[in-house]
Amino acid sequence: MSAVLMTQVLPLADFVAPKIEYNELAPLLVVFGAACVGVLAEAFLPRQLRHVAQVALALVGLVVAAVLTVLLMVDDKKLIAAQGAISVDGPALFTWITLLTLTVISVLLFAERSVDGGLSAFAGQAAAVPGSEAEREGTAAKVEHTEVFPLTLFAVGGMMLFASANDLLIMFVALEVFSLPLYLLCGLARRRRLISQEAAMKYFLLGAFASAFLLYGIALLYGYAGTMSLGGISDALATKTSGDAMLLAGTGLIAVGLLFKVGAVPFHSWTPDVYQGAPTPVTGFMAACTKIAAFIGLMRVFYVALGGSRWDWAPMMWIVAILTMVVGSIVALTQTDVKRMLAYSSIAHAGFLLTAFVGLSQAGSGVTNGITSTQAVLFYLVCYAFPTIGAFALVTLVRDAGGEATHLSRWAGLGKKSPLLAGIFAFFLLGFAGIPLTAGFTGKWAVFTAAWTGGAWPLVVVAVLCSLVAAFFYVRVIVLMFFSDLPADAPDVALPGWQTTTAVALGLAATVVLGVVPGPVLALASRAGEFIR
Amino acid sequence: MKIGWLTLTLLLPLVGALVTMAVPKAKALLSKQVALGFSLLTLALTAVIAVGYHQNGAADYEENHTWIEAFGAHYALGLDGVGIVLVVLTALLTPIVLLASWNDAKSGRWSEKSFFAWILALEALSIGVFAATDVFLFYVLFEATLIPMYFLIGGFGGAQRSYAAVKFLLYSLLGGLLMLASVVGLYVISAKNGDPSYLLADLVKLDLSQNTERWLFLGFFFAFAVKAPMVPFHTWLPDAAAEATPGTSVLLVGILDKIGTFGMIRFCLGLFPNASEWATPVVLVLALISVLYGALLAIGQTDIKRLIAYTSISHFGFIVMGIFALTSQGLTGSTLYMFNHGLSTAALFLVAGYLISRRGSARIADYGGVEKVAPVLAGTFLFAGLSSLSLPGLSPFISEFMVLAGTFSRHKVIAVIAVVGIVLAALYILIMYQRLMTGPVRDGIEKLKDLNFREVFAIAPLLVLIVGLGVYPKPVVDIIKPAVESTMQRVGVTDPAPQVPVTEGHK
Repeated sequence: MSAVLMTQVLPLADFVAPKIEYNELAPLLVVFGAACVGVLAEAFLPRQLRHVAQVALALVGLVVAAVLTVLLMVDDKKLIAAQGAISVDGPALFTWITLLTLTVISVLLFAERSVDGGLSAFAGQAAAVPGSEAEREGTAAKVEHTEVFPLTLFAVGGMMLFASANDLLIMFVALEVFSLPLYLLCGLARRRRLISQEAAMKYFLLGAFASAFLLYGIALLYGYAGTMSLGGISDALATKTSGDAMLLAGTGLIAVGLLFKVGAVPFHSWTPDVYQGAPTPVTGFMAACTKIAAFIGLMRVFYVALGGSRWDWAPMMWIVAILTMVVGSIVALTQTDVKRMLAYSSIAHAGFLLTAFVGLSQAGSGVTNGITSTQAVLFYLVCYAFPTIGAFALVTLVRDAGGEATHLSRWAGLGKKSPLLAGIFAFFLLGFAGIPLTAGFTGKWAVFTAAWTGGAWPLVVVAVLCSLVAAFFYVRVIVLMFFSDLPADAPDVALPGWQTTTAVALGLAATVVLGVVPGPVLALASRAGEFIR
Repeated sequence: MKIGWLTLTLLLPLVGALVTMAVPKAKALLSKQVALGFSLLTLALTAVIAVGYHQNGAADYEENHTWIEAFGAHYALGLDGVGIVLVVLTALLTPIVLLASWNDAKSGRWSEKSFFAWILALEALSIGVFAATDVFLFYVLFEATLIPMYFLIGGFGGAQRSYAAVKFLLYSLLGGLLMLASVVGLYVISAKNGDPSYLLADLVKLDLSQNTERWLFLGFFFAFAVKAPMVPFHTWLPDAAAEATPGTSVLLVGILDKIGTFGMIRFCLGLFPNASEWATPVVLVLALISVLYGALLAIGQTDIKRLIAYTSISHFGFIVMGIFALTSQGLTGSTLYMFNHGLSTAALFLVAGYLISRRGSARIADYGGVEKVAPVLAGTFLFAGLSSLSLPGLSPFISEFMVLAGTFSRHKVIAVIAVVGIVLAALYILIMYQRLMTGPVRDGIEKLKDLNFREVFAIAPLLVLIVGLGVYPKPVVDIIKPAVESTMQRVGVTDPAPQVPVTEGHK
């Protein structure tokens, strides 16, 4: 029908301006606005002012957006905004506030300059050839890329949009908006630039493939349903009886694109390389925020648009969930680099999250008072994201002459050198392993419960066994730090600035508080309710 | 809000652990005294509770606060006859272990005060485990006990301590995580029947289908079987007990492993009575294998601490057998056994530790003729050993007898074969005593010092209790009885009637 409309020339009198709910979309607009101002500031401000100005701008933009989001949450807003393009509902607002908070922490980490002799983690001049004279001069003159801050704002804006997109096209645009800045950020490491650039290249190429899959899937779904909107596809599923081939192919291709971003097996191969190569603060940002946005996007598409065909895609997701947990936890065993190990751990965590997603325990689906999948996933993401950023922040502190000493053998005996750092890192690891009284445990409990409630108890059994394997490689690091002797050439532990300290402290606080009194956050996640359409 | 008695008992050692850690490193002695002081206070408090429980019943000690509403989890504590016995055992063994291990932490990886602080933390968590009346709280504390024990083994043990600590942790986590699956399952069923709740009192009302009950039972039972430990999940215990300091081994075998058998009574029998009955044949056979296999392996050991660890595997076989015999005599015997085994194994481990620390070797072949140079040490060792082989007149005899008698009334063949375990027990203890203590004095033994006052003082209470309860076990049995009766009722079994009725004339 819409095709017919488009061929007619509309008389001017019939033209209706699109209705934009500026109030509800304000957090998004503020973030994107701040990003644009940041680009301008980069062009017009003198170099010595840029760092301060960019950090301040980014923080102000994020905090204002967060406050606006909180106001929306207080009002309990639930509506489809921007002519059906964006849904501002409970899960979206919960995701927004989580993303914004995490990004504030990330921006602080990006701005940290005290761990590496007064320089940030980012290359002075990305264009300078690694190891060249120009690079040395730039380092000596303390040149910095302050573009990272607007890039981050664009990324987080894209993530927020992605998590709330109610239309496949908007979703695709949002995906590109948050992916492109991430590709760039990955390649900007000051140390080990070749690995960093390789990571950016790999991420870009594989990301582009994944986007292509997603786009093709969107096209096929459009072909099936005749609409891009998630609600429209859902309606089509309820009424249409033909075109199943297109529906199934489209579902599969969309799943590829989304699971790539989530980091699920078999679309995970980029994760370890990119996590290892990217500047560590960026790794933390990606590990936490990308995972959140991608997961919520995944759930929105599959629950809202494709909920009617769940029997078609659930078996596929079962397999993906099992593969992700098994591969993530087993391959992590063989890792010798702390960043790669955390990368595989993030893959395993994606698997645990997928169990709740597949469990499909939704309000009103035979569950009276249980935990819903959406609630469990939202809660788990919070439990996972804060410690993750904290853990990566700690990784930036263990340094030798070549920058961060990320090889696990270099962490031997760290408990002797710096009991505090090793102790906190061990605590994060115990949290990731899901030991009770940490956030990791309550999070795991929530997703497993959601999975079981939806009848996916075999997944729960696989998940607990994988948790055991995962516990082994986390404990291995603890053994290394505390039960090994300190070698003579042990790396130094840099004295963190207040930015890194804040990030670690928040991660620690989240791990403890969510582990002991998870009630309030669970209630918040429960209040978020289901996705609307 | 009024702070309950049990919360106080739980908090006291925890605070003690923090205070101990806060003492400056240079004042090692002060930190140890502080730790001992806190453990004695806890013991006093527990004694008050035990007396109160004996007089006024359990009602005074029940606490219940909502903890995580969405999970249906409560901070709920309470006592029954089985729980109070084990809480008392924990509070009793901790100061004894602290005193006996006064100098054992010197060669550790970390400061002495951290050894003492970890022990106090372990005490707090263990008391919580035995007092929890909410499955979620129990599970959380159950898993949390692994952390202090992991650091106690890994930080203060022998040469292979890291390996032993990791092995201990992974085995326990395997059991714990499978139990987590069952815990999650309980929630799901509870939520389907209305408001989710993890309170034991609510869970026993659940109507479980046969298959569900069996699967959930298996998850719990597996965790407890690893913990107890039963053959074939036992291999972590000899490694852990051999590498840890003697004090740590006492806590591990004396308290932590009891969580396994305690859990079988409270959760397996309490929550899944039908499945427990269904599993009885297999469990009894496994228990029997534990009794015999543990004893046989103990005879063949060349390392003193490994030998004692294997004797414990045999003893735990008896305990599990008594539990799953499902007779009131067997259950009472098992509960009493848990207490007595704590006393006798603690004595045996600690005296063995005294011996090993003097010679610097745990190999049996390195000793000989100790009784000539250190008669008091040899004497206490013999006493502890005799209690471990259940010599009549010492407390373990009564419990072992009750277990066997209780098993016999329902499963004759199993009880008859299990009696062989008693013979084997005599072998492993007496052969060890013979090799260590008698014969010509070996090189390196000549100058062995006898026990000093602190060492005697530390284990004296154990020896007194072993004799006391061996002669007059009634007070403990009286406390246990009601809990056993309610468990029996819950499972829906009654004691088989004796084949020869007691007639008027015989009364």
